[in-house]
Amino acid sequence: MKYALFLGCTVPVRTMGYELSTRAVMKKLGIELVDLKEFGCCGFPLESIDHDTYLSVATRNLAIAEEHGLPIMTMCSACNGSLLKAHMAMNDEKIKSHINDTLTPLKRHYNGSIEVKHAARVLYENIETIKEMATPLPLKIAAHYGCHYTKPSEIYEGFEDPEVPYSLEDVIRAVGAEPVQYENKKQCCGGAILGIDESVSLEMTREKLQHVKKTGADAMTLVCPFCDIMYDVNQRRIESHFDEKFGIPVLFLPQLVGLALGIPSDELGLRLNRVPVRSLLKTLGD
Amino acid sequence: MEKKEPIDMNDLDPSFKYEIASQPGGEHIMKCVQCATCSSGCPVASISDKFNPRRIIRMAILGLKERVITEDFVWYCAACYTCSERCPQDVRIPDLMSAIRNIATKEGHIHPAYKEQGRLIGEMGRLYEVTDFENQRRKKLGLPQLKEKNDEIDSIYTKTGVKKVIT
Repeated sequence: MKYALFLGCTVPVRTMGYELSTRAVMKKLGIELVDLKEFGCCGFPLESIDHDTYLSVATRNLAIAEEHGLPIMTMCSACNGSLLKAHMAMNDEKIKSHINDTLTPLKRHYNGSIEVKHAARVLYENIETIKEMATPLPLKIAAHYGCHYTKPSEIYEGFEDPEVPYSLEDVIRAVGAEPVQYENKKQCCGGAILGIDESVSLEMTREKLQHVKKTGADAMTLVCPFCDIMYDVNQRRIESHFDEKFGIPVLFLPQLVGLALGIPSDELGLRLNRVPVRSLLKTLGD
Repeated sequence: MEKKEPIDMNDLDPSFKYEIASQPGGEHIMKCVQCATCSSGCPVASISDKFNPRRIIRMAILGLKERVITEDFVWYCAACYTCSERCPQDVRIPDLMSAIRNIATKEGHIHPAYKEQGRLIGEMGRLYEVTDFENQRRKKLGLPQLKEKNDEIDSIYTKTGVKKVIT
């Protein structure tokens, strides 16, 4: 299988550990990733500003993938939702022709043929291979699904019920780890309103860290750079803001899978994680 | 969001709900029966009383346009889609909030945080600036170089007219 890797804005600049581990794990699974330099913003923030602009910016990326005849793999859940929603909007011929008019001066055109898939979904689809290749990890892991990986469910065509998601926990089990259950597992990280009201946003993040802490999990795992910025990058800030200690390591799902597949921690970008993962690696005998 | 004075009927704009319904994402506003399923499961509302999706929809249907588009509460929706999955009337609240934000933007009331994001994306083609520094860092990690600038989005902005509202 071959995909065009859609980096989006946040991953390649702020969460390079996610990109490194995704590339390393996909390679190990025999999945080829192609970089298309012309890809740009997915359009997500623009949906709030002007719907036509959002659709045009998102569809531009779909058109680029179509020129190369490659399905898109995303790492950011917001990118995934944004591109998929635009792809579905293009089912309406009137909208499609209107958006293609906007793209004409760029010499781009979208016919509507591109599949968009989240990297975590690709891992889920390769779960049997992962099971075969994995050295079991004796860890308790809290899965954080976030929002746009499962919702709105209409764009994911009934893959999993967002009220009872299971795919991330299935991958956690596939690497021999134990998924822990915790209060408000499906809750949003709050990242989307960090620029609107920081204290409300950080309070949302703190709530989940408290719930995860109670379970005694060794780490959290997640599949979106925004969620990571909230739980990993901002964890220390939340600790000092609320005078509360968490110390919960946060792994991107491919980092967790990569550890089980025996990929060296450097290739998984683990030293880029903000909350130290040393004790976690010690548990694994690294 | 709380205001103690009674609503003056002369301040209402009864066409506001039709204006929202004509925007992509706003089509289902009139289906709302005010059951508050949205507000009761909203992760933002559970922390802050600045955001109450049921109330915003009620205000919009009543025609309190000025308050809905000038105050900042409509920008508090995290677009997590929890309410959207549960709404028995299929109102699609996050899309509805986007529709209202589109109207607010058109009338000069874009939230400064979104204005800045829109400006950056237009100028660079992405939300975060990529300079030699980022590319050097990526090189050290064995990651491919990124294109520093992309003019295509700016050209889309010019075509859709968004350039005027974000500069």
